[in-house]
Amino acid sequence: MEIGLNHYLIVSALLFSLGVFGIVTRKNAILVLMGLELILNSANLNFIAFAKFGGLNIEGHIAVLFVIVLAAAEVAVALAIILNIYQNYHHIDVDEINKMKE
Amino acid sequence: MVLFEFVFYMFAVVVIVSAMGVVFSKKMMYSAFSLLFTFFGMAGLYVLLNADFVAVTQIMVYVGGILVLIVFGVMLTTKITGVEVKSGMIGKFQLTVGAIVATCVAIFLSVMYMNVDWMTSKMNIEVSSTTGFIGFGLFTEYLLAFFVAAILLLIAFIGAAKIARRK
Repeated sequence: MEIGLNHYLIVSALLFSLGVFGIVTRKNAILVLMGLELILNSANLNFIAFAKFGGLNIEGHIAVLFVIVLAAAEVAVALAIILNIYQNYHHIDVDEINKMKE
Repeated sequence: MVLFEFVFYMFAVVVIVSAMGVVFSKKMMYSAFSLLFTFFGMAGLYVLLNADFVAVTQIMVYVGGILVLIVFGVMLTTKITGVEVKSGMIGKFQLTVGAIVATCVAIFLSVMYMNVDWMTSKMNIEVSSTTGFIGFGLFTEYLLAFFVAAILLLIAFIGAAKIARRK
């Protein structure tokens, strides 16, 4: 069977649901961040797949580049916040963090 | 064409299995390294989709930047006392609810993707490289967005350095 658009879309759907599962069930803030990366990657795969099967227009690729830039910025800021939380609480359980400052 | 399908299924299996490793593994370091394989598999899928520049960017930014940041985060937020670096899951009930939600999302998305008649272009365009087109697009139509993204990245990194610095 020829590899078509649907094959890529289903890979991306599985990746998305795994990311959702990771975000919903993990307590560690860094693992929540990893689930977020999985979701962003699945969105990127959709962009690239539609760009190819819609006649290889370049807009999808440019959107993916901007998503990658935003993911890099987001991870940097999130890890800075997580380091601060660790300094205050000595753990990074997202279930038990309920105060903005001590 | 058989080789193409084989390579696609190989990369798809690498992506899905290592993503399951990220989500299900008990130790945080294993999750981080599974994420590495997910990113490499995604780069392979991008190459199969004629997106060479995006594939190289994926490897350089995700593997070279984001993954290193995440590994640093794992190392800096764990106590070095010989205790296993565990990443706790929540209780049975929440786990079940999460699994149900994720499965529903997967089934819903898959059924939707299979049933929609996408408007795909039938012509088979062969391009040797997309880099030139991306550069042209970035500096003509998307010039403003390009500069805004650059300034946003600068501000985000300065802010991250300011937040993370010890008082």
